[in-house]
Amino acid sequence: MDLYEYQAKHLFGKHGVPVVPGAVCETPEAARVAARRIGGRVVVKAQVKVGGRGKAGGVKLANGEDEAAARAADILGMDIKGHTVHRVLVTEAAEIAEEYYVSFLLDRANRTFLAMASVEGGVEIEQVAKETPDALAMIAVDALEGCTPEKAFEIVEAADFPAEVAEEVAAVLVRLWDVLVLEDATLVEVNPLVRTPDGRVLALDGKVSLDENADFRHGSHADLVDTASTDPIELRAKSFGLNYVKLDGEVGIIGNGAGLVMSTLDVVAYAGEEFGGVRPANFLDIGGGASAEVMSNGLDIVLTDPAVRSVFVNVFGGITSCVEVANGVKAALATLGEAGKLKDKPLVCRIDGIRAEEGRAILRDAQIPGVELVETMDEAARRAAQLAVRGEG
Amino acid sequence: MAIFLDGESRLIVQGMTGSEGMKHTTLMLAAGATVVGGVNPRKAGQSVAFPDAELPVFGTVSEAMAATGANVSVVFVPPSGTKGAVTEAVDAGIPLVVVITEGVPVHDTAAFFQDSVNRGTTRIIGPNCPGIITPGVSNAGIIPASISGTGPIGLVSKSGTLTYQMMYELRDIGFSTAIGIGGDPVIGTTHIDALAAFEADPLTEAIVMIGEIGGDAEERAAAFIAESVTKPVVGYVAGFTAPEGKTMGHAGAIVSGSSGTAQAKKEALEAVGVKVGRTPSETARLMREVLGR
Repeated sequence: MDLYEYQAKHLFGKHGVPVVPGAVCETPEAARVAARRIGGRVVVKAQVKVGGRGKAGGVKLANGEDEAAARAADILGMDIKGHTVHRVLVTEAAEIAEEYYVSFLLDRANRTFLAMASVEGGVEIEQVAKETPDALAMIAVDALEGCTPEKAFEIVEAADFPAEVAEEVAAVLVRLWDVLVLEDATLVEVNPLVRTPDGRVLALDGKVSLDENADFRHGSHADLVDTASTDPIELRAKSFGLNYVKLDGEVGIIGNGAGLVMSTLDVVAYAGEEFGGVRPANFLDIGGGASAEVMSNGLDIVLTDPAVRSVFVNVFGGITSCVEVANGVKAALATLGEAGKLKDKPLVCRIDGIRAEEGRAILRDAQIPGVELVETMDEAARRAAQLAVRGEG
Repeated sequence: MAIFLDGESRLIVQGMTGSEGMKHTTLMLAAGATVVGGVNPRKAGQSVAFPDAELPVFGTVSEAMAATGANVSVVFVPPSGTKGAVTEAVDAGIPLVVVITEGVPVHDTAAFFQDSVNRGTTRIIGPNCPGIITPGVSNAGIIPASISGTGPIGLVSKSGTLTYQMMYELRDIGFSTAIGIGGDPVIGTTHIDALAAFEADPLTEAIVMIGEIGGDAEERAAAFIAESVTKPVVGYVAGFTAPEGKTMGHAGAIVSGSSGTAQAKKEALEAVGVKVGRTPSETARLMREVLGR
């Protein structure tokens, strides 16, 4: 999960990474109060999870509370690369002598962590990496040893930080590593890390990505989820413990296992080419079990989406055999049928695997209106795409 | 012969006394695996009756190894205890640890993987994987043994259900070993490790490699195939329709920027002569062509 700047900075502050004081505001009036409290010159910054805010006009300087309120009014509600601004961060405007870059991140390829640092901060780091790769130091950090003070100085030296800030930057690195480990983050980035004319080192902007698998040991991370900006169907799926991602097509998809469902989306998109570009409407993995209850919740969620015109249920029966899967589908469809939720949305079902014939017989014998059984994944995808065009049912 | 798991494999199950552990220990025994015990510090000294065997429970992996000669541990411990369990197994020096658990924090995986690198005595498979099966010989994990029997195909996959699907499609030909390496950002055994082992395995004639979006493991596997694999490889990649920045079920299956796309992986594999199917069925057909059956 990617955090907003203000959330990232809150975690920085919690672990001793120096940040300037600020306040998150949802109205111009709140920005006025925040600017008054901070005093002097402030920066008003759009809170969106996308780069290039400054260029888009989402970051403005303001002299005093009136200007702060006016800038907040300009920025709130603005659309930045498809993201609507719901909040601004009002912070003290720090004087900047130099801008640097520091980060720690998971290095998938080498299965360890990586420190990146540069004295050319304040611009997109991808640009530095491309144009002046020598200016970006990359140092591996061992997962068990971590960023010790010695390692921090190694990074500082490799990136050629000026001697007068070496101590402070090294101290920031050690604390930033604490944020990475203690908050179970996969990325912590400070850009820019600045030196002020009076010699302080401050994190002026930051990015943090958290590992949701570690939520069980971070009760407070649940509060960081921005429910207002999350798709309501995704939120509902989450409450059922289901993994759902909304897409922009017409064929609702339900399957078991992340890889099989991803594959199902692809197969539907290929088949849909023949029908004028019909595409999958969602990703929904109901997991290995595929019990009646889980299947019913899954179908309910997919059918809620008004964009869905047909549904493709694609299940491979393994440990949970096709017989159990078929009974689950049958029970789920009975429940949804009684509730009148199956109307107008034809359903194509493909089940294969252990005891496939018996499972299919159960569904065939049930003779549920609007439900078709197709044996292979490719043919079932084609039929579901075709039904989405015709809107049969 | 087979890879990583063979007739000499003696399995213990960490988390055997939990519901998943009980269910799958029963299935592994039924599939012919030599399961010799379980580990649970709170139930040490007890024993558990299965339809095919009565198995002792040990307090630690070291004790289990000393008492039974175990050389493989299958881990069903929940995420909060996985790091402790795997670290214990690695520190005991067991040669193979298969981590089935889903939802392990990546910092925990990075830590126990680094521990295994430092010690140099343990191969880890997973986490968040279905495990490994050498049909008719042994089964360490949750791959249903009844899908397919033994044969000349080696299979390595990031995805569990696509492993099952592919084994089912090619069940008339059969598999030397099928291994699910898991879809997490950090995994113990990679596509390359499996490709190297299949290349060296005399029973494997051809290899199916199943990848998915995220990371660059498939691209690196392609480079490895060009240099070091002489046996035919057929590939499949899932996730062409996945949007950027959205996690598709597996924590590692996320496209960030221009890297990690299915298209890039497919092109990298095709560039080194790997035939890549558009669907699982087409991939199975390509494998039939390769084997001429």
